Amino acid sequence: MKRIAGLLLVILAVAGGVLWAAAALTITGAGATFPYPMYSKWFDEYHKKNPNLEINYQSIGSGGGIKQVTEGTVDFGASDGPMNDEQLKSYQDKHGFAVLHFPTVLGADVPAYNIPGVTVELNFTPEAIVGIFLGKITKWNDPAIAGSNKGVALPANDIVVVHRSEGSGTTYIWTDYLSKVSEEWKTKVGKGASVNWPVGLGAKGNESVAGTIKNTPNSFGYVELIYAIQNNMPYGRVKNSSGVFIKAELASVTAAAAGAAKNMPDDFRVSITDAPGKTAYPIASFTWLLIPQKFSDAAKRDAIKGFVKWMLADGQNYTEALAYAKLPKEVVTKELKALNSVQ
Amino acid sequence: MATTTTTVPSAGPVAGSRSFLSRLREGDEIARIITFLFAASVVLVTILLVFELWQDSSPARHKFGFDFFRTSVWDPVFEQFGALPFIYGTLVTAAISLLIAVPLGIGAAIFLAELAPARVSDTLEFFIDLLAAVPSVIYGVLGIFIVVPLMRQYIQPALKHSLGFLPFFQGPTYGIGFLTAGIVLAIMVIPYIISVSREVLLSVPRDQREAALSLGATRWESTWKVVVPFARAGIFGSIFLALARALGETMAVTMVIGNTPKISASLFSPGYSIAAVIANEFTEATGDLHTQALIELGLVLFILTFILNGFARLLIVATSQRGSGTAHV
Repeated sequence: MKRIAGLLLVILAVAGGVLWAAAALTITGAGATFPYPMYSKWFDEYHKKNPNLEINYQSIGSGGGIKQVTEGTVDFGASDGPMNDEQLKSYQDKHGFAVLHFPTVLGADVPAYNIPGVTVELNFTPEAIVGIFLGKITKWNDPAIAGSNKGVALPANDIVVVHRSEGSGTTYIWTDYLSKVSEEWKTKVGKGASVNWPVGLGAKGNESVAGTIKNTPNSFGYVELIYAIQNNMPYGRVKNSSGVFIKAELASVTAAAAGAAKNMPDDFRVSITDAPGKTAYPIASFTWLLIPQKFSDAAKRDAIKGFVKWMLADGQNYTEALAYAKLPKEVVTKELKALNSVQ
Repeated sequence: MATTTTTVPSAGPVAGSRSFLSRLREGDEIARIITFLFAASVVLVTILLVFELWQDSSPARHKFGFDFFRTSVWDPVFEQFGALPFIYGTLVTAAISLLIAVPLGIGAAIFLAELAPARVSDTLEFFIDLLAAVPSVIYGVLGIFIVVPLMRQYIQPALKHSLGFLPFFQGPTYGIGFLTAGIVLAIMVIPYIISVSREVLLSVPRDQREAALSLGATRWESTWKVVVPFARAGIFGSIFLALARALGETMAVTMVIGNTPKISASLFSPGYSIAAVIANEFTEATGDLHTQALIELGLVLFILTFILNGFARLLIVATSQRGSGTAHV
């Protein structure tokens, strides 16, 4: 017995020593799942450059990220939707200082469909999308859809609406857009990570939404752009605020951010759905890191600031390989300035 | 209590006279204290669980009161929460799964225990145990890719055609919904029913069968009228184990039920279950009330399981008093 216990102690001590030597500093973060592939790539690359720093990120969801950073159980959080005023206030009350938003990359939602016999890219007006999701437009050959798709033989079949069942940033972007283009949606349903859907089937995750659309004739739903690109899913163009039907691509998503960058508030809490600009894709959004303004541990503070600086410069070069859209230059400049206020 | 040594039943004539210290040294007392702590931890965890659920759902309970069980709007944006569609979905899918799984499972168990040659029975048992160990997400994938298309293309239209006059089989056929969730759940719980029931049937004493046969009963009569009633308590046990799994199943259900909090008579309609909505919305619930409402749903699921388990116990007690001997499993 004694010998075994002794042996265990030695093993623990050695393992502890090895871990201690391997990472002198560990920073923990938690939050959004949507940018997780990007973040994990960044943290990995940054660790290679700075072997003494390990960033441990748990993709537990945006809600969880906001909660954990407010509780102070992680060093930073991450969210697909900005924190609201109430949440910011409760953070301020608890800690005595603020938490800052730092945009990292951009994502977009695209309308995907499965109509037997229709292989062309369809054009969707905001009115058509809202009408379908409110349950007011129920047939594919409704004039609201057919009007912007002249020459396409749309069937008189019932539309099966598919949406995400779990709370997600993708849903937040989609409902944020619908709330902007429709007063009725705003008052009846509103925006959020999960909402009370007037119609439709709920499927869990982008994979399930895509699978359900693929398997269900005459279906209509939304998925993340990255997901549509990586899986070669067909998706439609959306009419933007300048009246142009535009396809979601990395360039048109970055353009949406550039359009919004001019009026970017100092706290970066901005929605860029329905953004101005002829080339801007209207259903796009930033995703944010949530970083406390004050750190009691100077080493952690410097490490996080160092990482954000790297992420805004070299880090942005990794984005397109993973199908995330880059931040526009104006936003990067502004963020670097804001980073100085972290103490 | 762990400290009172006099209540320990003596293992033999010598054990009683030994001092506490000597028994401690030999390990009896240590083993007793350690195993007692293990047993007590089960009770402790249950109490903590209920306490946490009760505590953390407190503001939502006060805000909605009994309306939580009566209303069916679930709106995270405007913070209106009603649990009825989820309770309905949980009960309906569990009921469908048992309706399918109980006859199939018990029938298979009878075949394996009483009629099949031992070699066949043991081989099949191996596969059944394997099925019981398959993670539920795998059943969900099976549901999406095999059951759902089958339901949409063949089973639902056929049911609509033949039994469409019933309100249960009307409306559009998406392939997903209550019925599909119930069927996937049935596939998941059948191995439990077969496995446990077979063990129970095999443990029925041989002389029971021989007595029946010697009185002129046929093989089937001895099985159905003597062996099965003898093993009744254990078979019920297997059914309630299956029910517990069906009520709490999350992953497989959420993948095929449609995740729409609506109550509809048609089994083709999409619905929602308690476990599924908690898993779906908890991580991204940003409002406090939303989180609390989800925790309250957890409490509801706990109470539901508790009540059904209580019924199960009563049923076992009632039937075993009325009938023949009891089989303990």
